[in-house]
Amino acid sequence: MSLAELICPAGTPAALRTAVDAGADAVYCGFQDATNARNFPGLNFTPDELASSVAYAHEQGTKVLLALNTYPPAGKFDLWRQAADTGARLGVDAFIVADMGVADYIARIHPGIRLHLSVQAAASSPEAIRYYCENFGVKRVVLPRILTIPEIRQIRKEIPCEIETFIFGNHGLMIEGRCSLTNYLTGQSTNMDGVCSPASDVEYKRHEDGSMSSQLAGFTIDCFRSDEKAGYPTICKGRYRTAHRDDAYYAFEEPISLNLSRLLPELIDAGVHAFKIEGRQRSKSYVRGVVSAFRQAVDDIRAGRQANIADLVALTEGQKQTQGAFETKKWR
Amino acid sequence: MSASPDTLNRATGLHLPGFARLSCLIAQPVLTRVVQRIAKRHPSMFARLGSHRTTDFLIDPVELPFALHLRPDPQALVLRAVPRHAAPRAGATIRGKFLLLLELIDSEEDGDAAFFSRDLEVTGDTEAVVRLRNALDDVDGSIAEETAEMFGPAGRAILARLRRAYPT
Repeated sequence: MSLAELICPAGTPAALRTAVDAGADAVYCGFQDATNARNFPGLNFTPDELASSVAYAHEQGTKVLLALNTYPPAGKFDLWRQAADTGARLGVDAFIVADMGVADYIARIHPGIRLHLSVQAAASSPEAIRYYCENFGVKRVVLPRILTIPEIRQIRKEIPCEIETFIFGNHGLMIEGRCSLTNYLTGQSTNMDGVCSPASDVEYKRHEDGSMSSQLAGFTIDCFRSDEKAGYPTICKGRYRTAHRDDAYYAFEEPISLNLSRLLPELIDAGVHAFKIEGRQRSKSYVRGVVSAFRQAVDDIRAGRQANIADLVALTEGQKQTQGAFETKKWR
Repeated sequence: MSASPDTLNRATGLHLPGFARLSCLIAQPVLTRVVQRIAKRHPSMFARLGSHRTTDFLIDPVELPFALHLRPDPQALVLRAVPRHAAPRAGATIRGKFLLLLELIDSEEDGDAAFFSRDLEVTGDTEAVVRLRNALDDVDGSIAEETAEMFGPAGRAILARLRRAYPT
């Protein structure tokens, strides 16, 4: 049965309290290190902060999911082992994992704590998902953002675990957990260091005509006219010049955010158990606005009312939104 | 079409060095009090800054006659008003309308959204800016209101008037 749980991002303790107060059923967060895929400067939780945050969330009946969703490089597994042990000691309700070694460790050492399979594992077929369920006891899979609703409905029939889908935020369509674009330019890995376009390698330049260029590791990846909306400085959202085209163009994908507010009833009907809001790197203002809007929408749907979603386009990347592959594979 | 802040400053003489210096002199005692109070009430925010506690930030409210120089070093805290022409070399510069900057400090607005809309401009050391943003975002409550409270009813009235003057 679909409960339409709302899974909300928290990059700091204050953001976690904001998400809880705005009606999150669960919040997800990470430690201040490479064990999670939002290892950004000044973001995330110390063990002490996580302890008090878990207590705050549990007092309000909200679950805390700890993201350990990066891949330990050889010889560095201890960091992930320690993070799992600390999370278990602090009473988190589930671990979100991508790496099989991390999943195996938690399944053996902390068998009482739920395992969720991160989108970083890029498991999109029933066969792959069942493998994680059968071998590590995974209870929920976070599906990649490349599937249509009919495909999700079919997968649901063929797997023994819950499904979580993203409903708002970043619309990364690279094969998650496999993308090496950042690594190629900066030497830091999204998948092992938890940093996509590390801020230390990002530079914005303002030009005389009011345009702004964004650079990563010295490479210009986009240039926005003064009247254009901007996007994140990620290579996959960059605009490039090539010999066969006159103008620079978005070679991979354009700056745009996912917003499935209109598809929530169909997703619930397809058997989606939980809705995930992306954005641990975003502010309390974002968390408050987006979580409140989706809380209201989910409550309306549960009560049989028409969901009335607040306009969230101002919070989207490039101030554009899409239903992406969930609506059609021809979305682009 | 409304005039840009730069145009307004030129039209009103707010850009003149003499006016800017005078404005700085008036603002400075308030700024010193404000930053010391905030640091005392929210000491945990400095941990999120890491090594960027000693970075010089230039916060540039485009329609004010001066910019703000911030060095968030808890051992030697600096927040001072500086005329733009005499601003120190900054590690990072954050530029936008005054109320937007105030609302970003208070997490009433989202920094990424303001960046996407081009209302917020960031140059220099991006990591420093990200750390500062995350440090401020972890502060509970409103720094603007705390500041207004320091000056009693007059402070609250000024803040309310400021918010009314800037339609969001």
